[in-house]
Amino acid sequence: MSILVGKDTRLIVQGITGGAGSFHAKQMIEYGTRVVAGVTPTRGGETFVHNAPAGTAKVPVFDTVSQAAKATGANATVIFVPPPGAADAILEALDADLDLVVCITEGIAVIDMLGVRRVLEAKQAERRNQGKSIPRLIGPNCPGIITPGECKIGIMPGHIHRPGHIGVVSRSGTLTYEAVGQLTALGIGQSTGIGIGGDPVSGMDFVDVLELFENDPNTHGIIMIGEIGGGAEERAAAFIKAKMTKPVAAFIAGVTAPPGKRMGHAGAIISGGQGTAAAKIAALTKAGAKVAPTPSDMASTLQSMMK
Amino acid sequence: MKIHEYQGKQVFAKYGVPVPKGYPAFTVDEAEAAAKKLIAETGNQVVVVKAQIHAGGRGKGGGVKVAKGGAAEARKLAEKILGMQLITHQTGPEGQKVRRLYIEQGLDMVRELYLSALVDRDRRRIAFIASTEGGMEIEEVAAHSPEKILTVHVDPAVGLSAYQARELAFGLSLMQHGKDTVAKFVRLMSSLYEAFVKEDCSLLEINPLAVLRNGDIVALDAKVNFDDNADFRHKIWGDLRDDAEEDPVELEAKSAGLNYVSLDGNVGCLVNGAGLAMATMDIIKHAGESRGVAPANFLDVGGGATQEQVTKAFTMILKSPKVKAIFVNIFGGIMKCDVIALGVVAAAKELGLKVPLVVRLEGTNVELGRKILNDSGLAITAATTMADGAQKIVNAVSGGAR
Repeated sequence: MSILVGKDTRLIVQGITGGAGSFHAKQMIEYGTRVVAGVTPTRGGETFVHNAPAGTAKVPVFDTVSQAAKATGANATVIFVPPPGAADAILEALDADLDLVVCITEGIAVIDMLGVRRVLEAKQAERRNQGKSIPRLIGPNCPGIITPGECKIGIMPGHIHRPGHIGVVSRSGTLTYEAVGQLTALGIGQSTGIGIGGDPVSGMDFVDVLELFENDPNTHGIIMIGEIGGGAEERAAAFIKAKMTKPVAAFIAGVTAPPGKRMGHAGAIISGGQGTAAAKIAALTKAGAKVAPTPSDMASTLQSMMK
Repeated sequence: MKIHEYQGKQVFAKYGVPVPKGYPAFTVDEAEAAAKKLIAETGNQVVVVKAQIHAGGRGKGGGVKVAKGGAAEARKLAEKILGMQLITHQTGPEGQKVRRLYIEQGLDMVRELYLSALVDRDRRRIAFIASTEGGMEIEEVAAHSPEKILTVHVDPAVGLSAYQARELAFGLSLMQHGKDTVAKFVRLMSSLYEAFVKEDCSLLEINPLAVLRNGDIVALDAKVNFDDNADFRHKIWGDLRDDAEEDPVELEAKSAGLNYVSLDGNVGCLVNGAGLAMATMDIIKHAGESRGVAPANFLDVGGGATQEQVTKAFTMILKSPKVKAIFVNIFGGIMKCDVIALGVVAAAKELGLKVPLVVRLEGTNVELGRKILNDSGLAITAATTMADGAQKIVNAVSGGAR
């Protein structure tokens, strides 16, 4: 097993009848992900059909997430709902008691995410008190999560991945592909790859994912890709120092980013002197992670630590 | 998104945050008329003439002046400030041209405080930050006397509680002005929180927040930033936007749906994905710093860009006079390499390619993308990795000699 997703994952696609939702539902089906239901309010009762090379997939569409979960036994969902309705879609998924909610949508208002985060934390506390597994949110504004050869939830190109033992966690989509591409080129496979997203307020952060990788016997080393803005990398550094026994190679994007400018991602901004790449690199280095000098050296840096 | 001080104060007034009386002015005549009107309304000869630019530090830069001699003096000050190139620590050395003024009543204040609200992303809460050191940069206060910074975090489920506002009021020693002042501060905070949430702000900053001789509390300044992601529910933002305050190239990119930031270097970059775009800048600087090679821009064409958007992006880079070479770095995921290649070729054929072009393509439809570039007849240097591409760009710009 790897972390969070695998062969047993039964996936709902929220927004399956939309442009992005239907395109990526097909891609995920072709990768082998078990897409068991779709949700589009008012389109319940329809069937989403995809003639994949491996056979025709027929996915029932429901009006609500709870109907979809009850009818199909789904345990995860991926959200392709446009920004005005995306926070509501996350809340609906959390209320349906799914274990994993992956939100791809970019552009959710931060005020909406503050409310989502509050509900997520309450839900996690409730489930923890009941002795149950806690629900996880990945994203928003992320590429998703993949366990190579088993399950792909999101928009990453599946073909660059190989099954193996390296965990990859990143705030950036394309830099994740870059790291995975480098690993695969070196003949090194991946246990699970997770894009946690580029928004300032989101679900899982580095520490949450590092903890799962540390406890996963199938993961032997980790590449962690951060960027300017916020303090998530500094918190990760503290966790690495205190808890991690597995090697962590890191890269931080934005050494050359000017302060006060939003660099694409809503969360990638140096404000009031906080969130610089230099501070993050220093914290990670001090914690025992090895920081790659350039983005071309992510996989080779980890490889040098594994020997 | 940033707005001007006077627009921010209109937002404040809408929610009941006390602000001084004032009128915006776009000409010297309007400024004089505004001063006359204010003096008639308030019976006070003192007015303040304030430059309206989006950058902070206007006072220190000479953009805020007090007129004690009535409307005639206000006019003279307006003549000086309107049209000036105002340089502050936030504008850069070239400064920002003053195109608008705000004429405001003078007030008799006894204390200057600091108050702001922002999203504390590490706590995932809206935070209110207050300090007795009004008029100073809060970063400086945080660095030199962190004990003077007071913070409360708001639970979004219940909103700002009165006790939290009182905590800040007592922390700011407002009792010395009477318990009415404490109550006024609590009301102001409550209004500010409501404004923050309903108007989808990312920052509200009042520096200074003034305590008047009569115990009133008034926002003397207003810095209001909106969360761009929420523009779908605020149609009015289109009217509040002042394009003259934006970098024209960044504005052009934005209207084409591209993420673009101008930088000082000489290598134009076209990349997909924000993280990869930043990393591309970093690796160019890493490879070329000692030889005077650095990125000229951050450009993320995004995941779902069309061929037209790519053409637009490449055109913008080609037109930039500072660009001495171009690095296209693509790791196709949703973005297909052939779409990038078609866009690049279309723009290069239209405008001509006068500088070296290094292209690194990887990922979805990479073979098709490479074929389109090869068949185009353009002088393109292919790179196998980011590092290889960065080295080739540095060689192209600095002549290959160390």
